[in-house]
Amino acid sequence: MEKLMSWIDDRFPLTQVWEEHMAKYYAPKNFNFWYYFGSLAILMLVMQIITGIFMAMYYKPDAGLAFASVEYVMRDVPWGWLIRYMHAIGASMFFIVIYLHMFRAMIYGSYRGPRELIWLFGMVIFVALMAESFMGYLLPWGNMSYWGAQVIINLFGAIPYVGDILVEWLRGDYVISDATLNRFFAFHVIAVPLVLVILVFLHIVALHKVGSNNPDGIEIKKNKDENGIPLDGIPFHPYYTVKDIVGVIVFLMVFSAIIFFWPTLGGWFLESDNFIPANPVSTPPHIVPLWYFTPYYSILRAVTWAWLPGGAKLWGVIAMGSSLVVLFFLPWLDRSPVKSIRYRGWMFKTALALFTLAFLMLGWLGTQPVGGINTVLAQLGMLVYFAFFLLMPIYTRLDRTKPVPERLT
Amino acid sequence: MSDQNVNKGRRRMLILTTSAIGAVGVGFAATPFILSMMPSARARAAGAPVEVDFSKLDVGVLLTIEWQGKPIWFVKRTDAMMKKLGTIADLLVDPDSDVETQQPAYTKNLPRSQEKYPYISVMIGICTHLGCVPLDKFPVGLASGMGDDWPGGYFCPCHGSKFDMAGRVFKNVPAPTNLVIPPYRFLSETRVIVGENPGEAKA
Amino acid sequence: MKNLFLLLTLVTMPAFASGDGVHLDDVNIDLSDTESLQKGAGLFVNYCLSCHSAAFVRYNRVAKDLQIPEKVVKDNMMFTTDRIGELMIATMLPKDAKKWFGTVPPDLSLIARSRGPEWLYTYLRSFYLDDSSPSGWNNILFDKVAMPHVLYKLQGARHAVFKKDENGIKVFERFEMVKPGSLNKEEFDAVTRDLTNFLVYVGEPAQMVRYKLGVYVLVFLAIFLVFAYLLKKEYWKDVH
Repeated sequence: MEKLMSWIDDRFPLTQVWEEHMAKYYAPKNFNFWYYFGSLAILMLVMQIITGIFMAMYYKPDAGLAFASVEYVMRDVPWGWLIRYMHAIGASMFFIVIYLHMFRAMIYGSYRGPRELIWLFGMVIFVALMAESFMGYLLPWGNMSYWGAQVIINLFGAIPYVGDILVEWLRGDYVISDATLNRFFAFHVIAVPLVLVILVFLHIVALHKVGSNNPDGIEIKKNKDENGIPLDGIPFHPYYTVKDIVGVIVFLMVFSAIIFFWPTLGGWFLESDNFIPANPVSTPPHIVPLWYFTPYYSILRAVTWAWLPGGAKLWGVIAMGSSLVVLFFLPWLDRSPVKSIRYRGWMFKTALALFTLAFLMLGWLGTQPVGGINTVLAQLGMLVYFAFFLLMPIYTRLDRTKPVPERLT
Repeated sequence: MSDQNVNKGRRRMLILTTSAIGAVGVGFAATPFILSMMPSARARAAGAPVEVDFSKLDVGVLLTIEWQGKPIWFVKRTDAMMKKLGTIADLLVDPDSDVETQQPAYTKNLPRSQEKYPYISVMIGICTHLGCVPLDKFPVGLASGMGDDWPGGYFCPCHGSKFDMAGRVFKNVPAPTNLVIPPYRFLSETRVIVGENPGEAKA
Repeated sequence: MKNLFLLLTLVTMPAFASGDGVHLDDVNIDLSDTESLQKGAGLFVNYCLSCHSAAFVRYNRVAKDLQIPEKVVKDNMMFTTDRIGELMIATMLPKDAKKWFGTVPPDLSLIARSRGPEWLYTYLRSFYLDDSSPSGWNNILFDKVAMPHVLYKLQGARHAVFKKDENGIKVFERFEMVKPGSLNKEEFDAVTRDLTNFLVYVGEPAQMVRYKLGVYVLVFLAIFLVFAYLLKKEYWKDVH
């Protein structure tokens, strides 16, 4: 065994990689609940790829066959129903994990220097993941798939001058059609996943270069012992591997409970209108994107002011795009001397609480019909959403922070 | 960090148990994926036994139908064809159909057919060499373009394997064994169900 | 934010509730009630399958899941094919349907998943006589529906009585029996419940194993969790 290892190590840095990233990667010893979601996100990525490979064996990217081929998986393929549920519900679970992972970065300031690049890679992953799930959602070719894609693609039509031609180029037709389905399939099964895997790799390389943040927001590398090992660090393996296994099992229990006992989750994970085949002449009464898109969808619909130059539609699209773009700037908007919420003052805490409420409210409103109080609430939510980011340089500077200890608590 | 109070035995036991359960879990999780690659209900429905009515089939003519996606041959052999079968044993690799996998036991006889209907030949029309579909070359001698000593039978165009009118393989050709006979059952004199053995009546 | 997940699971989306202000009746769906499913299957092939397909459903799957011998299915339930592995395709051709009803009757494989069992149960029990409709029938839940009341010999023929509400809008008040059918109200409710039950099964045959399997999976994971947690505890003794 030792001989084999040294044979490999002479040709490939296996032991070195193992030690750098696992056995001698020193992580802060005070990771809490919020630190499970990174490893869970990797789990979900792997799970989506594996279930996806098997779905691709049985699925047919053809407008005439797609819907039936999904039902074929659900009924005729042995265990196909389980694989399909794992994939479709897995998409929602993936987003839950990613949102909690991002929220962790926000409460403990993990995006702050020197981790700006980790955040940027992460944001690109997030956007790629949205593209991935959006295109995946068209593939079952249900009526909601069809009209969801129709509405989202038409957003690009709001871009002045090139909008119309751009939309036709994206669809490859004058409506969503077989051509659109086929190219979405190509993007969904290879192009975007490939990008995702590379980005995840970069995300982790960047993380392991600077080291993990922690709930105290203290750099553990500042306090090292005589061997150069951080005093507050513990080797990732075995301590965090055994801990993450516990997290993975609990997560799988929640995941299984949904798959086996309530796969539709009352319409949140699988929409009833998507059990009707795509019908280009009949729109479902309520077009609702899947829940992970609804906050942005709400922002899109909240812009109703027709007096805006270029029209409300254009500005809605701009607002929705900005709601994502602004996240990229987070590392530079935050001017607080401390990272973790534990040592921040009331201003940041209030701002984050309001932001979270606004985000959840926008998410809920995105599933509701527009008009009346809903539109007013969505506009209010949008205001809070943007204020959180745009006022951040001000309130984080004014905020009265607590002194940060030298060592982890 | 202190290593002095570590109970090594307990630690090793827990690692073993957890790994074992984890391995079982991975096995469970892999099962559906592996099984999903088995023929689906659609494939099984398409591969279900098929009924063939050959009442309108002429004597000495080949009828090809499909079962499990494979060509199935039907021939009502002529008296001349039947007679020829007994005279060419020394040209054949396995004249007595001794290779058990190539036919159901109830067709291990000279004409390789069911006792009650010896003239009817039912075979899977796939060459036992590399899976091509042989051509029918029923006329004897030069008429088939197979040389004047040709006793009538099948010829595989891919690599030149030859079979007689009972699907028995000739010597000195690449195919190693006789053509396969599928399970089949007579419903009446002119109707056969392919994919079921005699006496095996599924609902 | 910790509550995000909880919130998501607890709130059901009102946008998905079907119906245009018509009350939907609750129906007791029980896929372990094999007898009800078998009766439902019988009703389905006799009353629905002449016009509606269930084009994703195979006869032999129904036979297996509902514990009906294949011979019984073959002799009593298959009118359009004699191959047990075939899909349940309607007798009526789509182009004839278009001619006779003006529309092709929808496939029923997934109707319980798109409409929901309550809708189906209520719909099947909401037909009434209407001279203005081409088929002579109309439905409270689905105004101007092209489908006639196929079960009227069982339920009987009814008129619907409407009243005007305070805004002058016509609202449904009650049914009035014109010509009683062969079943009384309770018996007819039971029949439509069986049919709905069957359609729920047909919508997702995997339900027959899903719940049972789910219990095993969760028990396994729970055992795994105990040992993984002990292992974690053991290692984390080192960390102070």
